[in-house]
Amino acid sequence: MTPTLSRRTLIAALLASPVVLSACSGDEKYVPDPEALQIYSSQHQNVTEAWARAFTDATGIKTQVRSGTDSSMGHMIVQEGDASPADVFLTENSPAMTVVERAGMLAPVEETTLEQVGEGRAPSSGMWTGIAARSTVLVYNTSMITPAELPASMMDLQDAAWAGRWGCAPGGADFQAIVAGMLVDRGEEETAAWLEGLKDGAEIYQNNIATMKAVNAGEVPVGIMYHYYWYRDQAGTKEGSGNTELHYFGDQDPGAFVSLSAGGVLATTDKADEAQQFLAYLTSPEGQEVLVSSGSMEYPVARGVPADPALPPLDSLDAPLVDPSALDSDKVVMMMTDAGIL
Amino acid sequence: MPASSDHAPARVLGPLATLVAALTLLPVVVVVVRGGADGWSAAVDYLVRPRIGELLAHTGWLLLLTVPAAMVLGIVAAWLVERTDLPLAGLWRTLMLAPLAVPAFVSSYAWISWQPQLVGLGGAVLVTTLAYFPFVFLPVASLLRALDGGEEEAARSLGLGPLRAALRTVLPRLRPAISGGALLVALHLLAEYGVLEMMRYQTFTTAILQQYAVGFSDTPGSLLATVLVGLCLVVLALEVAARGRRRVARVGSGAGRRADPVPLRGWRAPALVFLGAVAALAVAVPVVMVLRWLLVGQSQRGVDLSDLGPVTLSTLALALAGGVLAVALALPGALLLARRHGPLAILLERSTFLASALPGVVIALALIGVAVDVAPAIYQTALLLVLAYAILFIPRAMVSLRAGLAAAPPELSEAARALGARGVSVLTRVVLPLAAPSVLGGFVLVALAITTELTATLLLAPTGVETLALAFWGAADELDYTAAAPYAAMMIALSVPLTVVLRRQITKEG
Repeated sequence: MTPTLSRRTLIAALLASPVVLSACSGDEKYVPDPEALQIYSSQHQNVTEAWARAFTDATGIKTQVRSGTDSSMGHMIVQEGDASPADVFLTENSPAMTVVERAGMLAPVEETTLEQVGEGRAPSSGMWTGIAARSTVLVYNTSMITPAELPASMMDLQDAAWAGRWGCAPGGADFQAIVAGMLVDRGEEETAAWLEGLKDGAEIYQNNIATMKAVNAGEVPVGIMYHYYWYRDQAGTKEGSGNTELHYFGDQDPGAFVSLSAGGVLATTDKADEAQQFLAYLTSPEGQEVLVSSGSMEYPVARGVPADPALPPLDSLDAPLVDPSALDSDKVVMMMTDAGIL
Repeated sequence: MPASSDHAPARVLGPLATLVAALTLLPVVVVVVRGGADGWSAAVDYLVRPRIGELLAHTGWLLLLTVPAAMVLGIVAAWLVERTDLPLAGLWRTLMLAPLAVPAFVSSYAWISWQPQLVGLGGAVLVTTLAYFPFVFLPVASLLRALDGGEEEAARSLGLGPLRAALRTVLPRLRPAISGGALLVALHLLAEYGVLEMMRYQTFTTAILQQYAVGFSDTPGSLLATVLVGLCLVVLALEVAARGRRRVARVGSGAGRRADPVPLRGWRAPALVFLGAVAALAVAVPVVMVLRWLLVGQSQRGVDLSDLGPVTLSTLALALAGGVLAVALALPGALLLARRHGPLAILLERSTFLASALPGVVIALALIGVAVDVAPAIYQTALLLVLAYAILFIPRAMVSLRAGLAAAPPELSEAARALGARGVSVLTRVVLPLAAPSVLGGFVLVALAITTELTATLLLAPTGVETLALAFWGAADELDYTAAAPYAAMMIALSVPLTVVLRRQITKEG
């Protein structure tokens, strides 16, 4: 073979490879499998996958998970509209589900499924259901601050005395859900003032974990986050939380807000039956047990399913009473934009 | 058949190249149109507010500090390596290019896990300068090596000292190389996401990804992207002004000679310390930290390598497909340029470069918009992602192809036609075989860029597809350093060939 010929072969192979590749892309990982239940999920990937696997094992129904983040996935489904490949949507926080609900894209959840879920763990509309819950907490560095010096309310953090001394992750949906709860609870004016305080006084982190680690490292004495990152780290190496404790605001404070992870069935699905079965499974004692044993340290929402014993009982947290249907994430994003945070 | 049969390929190539140029400009158009979707006054309201000023200031400071720092570092290192009697010049040449094998977001992961307090502007400038100075070093070193030493000698014979002679004769001729390198640094800074997110320093690109996270691909995200497009244009215009019009080439090959190495004498030790420090900070820190976290992970829980294989494979598949597509799309324009250096060809070439100056996130935002509205069938498929890669990296293929096609003289095509070969067979039997090394070179450059691409991949990766960059980012974003380490190590390993290819680029001209 002459050198020219081998070069030519090489080039031919290179030019032909898109054809070969596109032929290979029948691989189920690259395209939605029309037979599988399409689950769009912004819930933690390991939890969603544990659920999807257990459901497939229990029913034989194939599943495929597309992962994303709350708001972007909620808006993505709305933009996809009737063409959305999604059959089921699972979120980490409920406001993203409310976006889809308000676009009229959800089918009502079956009564029997809603009955499996505890009081106040699903919206009044009945268009979706809670599938897990997480509580807002204040994480604090025990060598920098004493329990007596902690703020009594999350609203106190806007005071000048706290400027530069607290951290949070306002870019994430977790935090936006907390602000949405505050908006329902305290109204627009108080929330806007608090956000101004945040803009001037808070250290901004990427996410809850970064916030917790910053508090642990002593960058700031306190931070706003959800409870389960701390319990997970405590159950593991304590690398990111060894110097910290949690403070629960209680007293129906905005800082005691409990956020629901939500599950809903798309109105456009051609697998309505399987999709409803999936939600029924997630909220069944069996499905909630999958959540508890996944080590995610989130709260189960089904009646009679206990949380991990390391956690204070959900009912003891004295969270503010908020109808999750009222949480308006678009409004929160607008207010955060106005405050110059986004 | 008329003698000037080159009209025939031009008739085919012209439209093809125009199509490619239109494709690459599509994202700009889409982003601007989407940004204006809510009307002019809404756009102005959104853009004229303190937050945008803050982002502008952040982006501006980053450019203002990093670009000069990278220029100084790159020029000094290149001069020391190519023009002095520095010991072990070959080793230093490799070490000064090695940072290119470490993606910038991997270095920032290393720095932040070693020095967590390194956040904000300071950390961002440090990491980006160390990661990007090779973009200046590479062109300057290869030009310094190729430049004729005669002028410098003439200046010295007229009584100038070695330093002033170099400043007066060499530096002006380096202008295009320096400004070209600086342009690359500036464009990378505008597009940088991973480093700045990790260093908690917000710029337009981080803000665009945040907007995407809160609202999918909405108007505010496109408005921010439009500002970013504007900044890219400003940077491109500045570069044209800075490049100057001075000739670098000489007429006729003449008897060029290499300049004599400048003796460092007492400066030898400081020079070695300087280059050693740069290499340590830019290469040793990330490599050592990645290895450290690999070992920590290994001892803590045993590194879970079960994901690494499939993730590497899907990354390579995307890199292969994207590399091939980019080379194929660059071909018509490159051929046209090599054969007919008319204004149309130049315009087409420039337009692909403009598109590539755009950050991956802008291309991705635009493609999502188009796909959702117009071509839902390719939305969320690997095809759309590969298309984004091709648009982003066509210029890399173009640069390499142009050099190679120049080596395939038109006379040979003429001869082939005279012997009865037709268009396509002239291309496959004469032109491409001659240009093969540059085709491969272009392909490698594109494929390696794809291996570490983050922002477009973040937005466009189809369901179930995980790349090394995504897997690394997922873990690093949660500050899970041990889980991120294997993916970082694999990205560095895959990028080593790039350094080898580039190093050859300096030495082959000497």
